[in-house]
Amino acid sequence: MVGALLPLTVRGAQVRRRGKRLIGPIDLVLDGQGVTIVIGPNGAGKSTLLQMLHGINRMSHGTLNWAVPADEARRRQAFVFQNPVMLRRSVQDNLAYPLRLNGASRSAARAAAQTWCTRIGLETAQTRAAMVLSRGEKQKLALARALITTPDLLFLDEPSASLDGGATRDIETLLKQAVADGTRVIMATHDMGQARRLARDVIFLRGGLIHETGTAPDFFDAPRTPEARAFLAGDIVE
Amino acid sequence: MTDLWAGFAEAARLLITLDPDLTAIALRSLQVTLCALVIACAIALPLAAFLSVKRFRWRRAVIALLNALMGLPPVVVGLVVYVLLSRSGPLGVLGLLFTPSAMIIAQVIIIVPLIASVAHQSLRELWAEYHDLLISLNTTQCQRIVALLWDGRRALLTAALAGFGRGIGEVGAIMIVGGNIDNVTRVMTTAIALETGKGNFALALGLGFVLIALAILVNLAIHWLSRTETGRQW
Ligand SMILES: Nc1ncnc2c1ncn2[C@@H]1O[C@H](COP(=O)(O)OP(=O)(O)OP(=O)(O)O)[C@@H](O)[C@H]1O
Ligand SMILES: [Mg+2]
Repeated sequence: MVGALLPLTVRGAQVRRRGKRLIGPIDLVLDGQGVTIVIGPNGAGKSTLLQMLHGINRMSHGTLNWAVPADEARRRQAFVFQNPVMLRRSVQDNLAYPLRLNGASRSAARAAAQTWCTRIGLETAQTRAAMVLSRGEKQKLALARALITTPDLLFLDEPSASLDGGATRDIETLLKQAVADGTRVIMATHDMGQARRLARDVIFLRGGLIHETGTAPDFFDAPRTPEARAFLAGDIVE
Repeated sequence: MTDLWAGFAEAARLLITLDPDLTAIALRSLQVTLCALVIACAIALPLAAFLSVKRFRWRRAVIALLNALMGLPPVVVGLVVYVLLSRSGPLGVLGLLFTPSAMIIAQVIIIVPLIASVAHQSLRELWAEYHDLLISLNTTQCQRIVALLWDGRRALLTAALAGFGRGIGEVGAIMIVGGNIDNVTRVMTTAIALETGKGNFALALGLGFVLIALAILVNLAIHWLSRTETGRQW
């Protein structure tokens, strides 16, 4: 049995680009189960933070420690990007790709891909090019491709931006199932309804800094800072 | 003028009857260039993918060099290969001068920069698209190159066709290193040059038609490929 990936401990982390500070310094401990929601205005650094935690955005300062060695930690995470990246292959081959990278046989990868195609309602589109899918279908495919390796930790960058109610519900159903199966989720979103439905705890980012954190009920019902209060009320927060 | 018309008529006859001389020369051309193309692709395509994926110190310099080499005059390539392969040259012991192998070597040198450069253009775009995902999936350098080559195969075929077009129509270098020896190293372009010089327009024109037909076919193929590419069909 492999050891737990979490807790993740972040101390004084900063991301800089061309001398400009994008986020940080950030101090954060991530543990437990369920869904952590990252919210904040556009440009607050939500995407940057998620990518930094995932290890694809280099930190210029600070430390980031997993409960397991860094390269193993990386293999047990998955990331769904704000603009889903589709491989120029069929839907099925997109799903099979991460499994093939992990050394699964062609037939095993194909079988798993078929199962997931059905689960996300794309069974009739299996051999279609992933590029021609609708935006919502692409999002679902990207999520399924991330979940197919049963990661311990899943990063989601606005998985249901510009999706309608049905597609959003599909995605949330998949997420809840994954969480029930033990996947830890960190998700950035602009959809406050979604945040309330899914969150166990909340990180409110503003200007590249963690402005407020708390468990979901505390944060949504009694935000401590005036900015969080204004943000939840739908006011414009810079 | 009558010479020319007689030439056309005779050329048509050679083509229709599949004249053995003409077909032998045309087939030799294809053989040499296809051989060179396979070797050039084996070098240029992985190189192009590597240059797209890997950030290293001399990357820009290498790309600039490739672009510069694309403009290399074939005659000069022929000259250099000739010097290298000539009896007193460093590779003289191989005895390759005036053989089809020498012509293949020259063509490889001429088309590798072209194929690598064209392939790099499109693979770079593909990599920009794939970058985040492939980094996130923790892929090795090698897996990234394989993914680019596989998913970019249409664009790569276009690059290869461009290389083929350049190779099959090239005359300066293979004339020098091949020597245009009848039945051994005489190919379409060198035969056209020779026969035209001799005033034997019929064979020259016949071969010319074959070359033009090939060029048109290649262009049609590229056009068709780029259409299926934008149409996103598989
Ligand atoms: N590579 C980069 N170079 C320079 N600036 C960058 C870079 N990447 C991001 N930024 C800047 O960092 C800030 C945070 O960006 P980020 O994408 O993390 O915001 P976000 O909270 O995800 O916004 P959104 O809600 O619009 O997705 C922005 O001001 C952005 O312009
Ligand atoms: Mg973002």
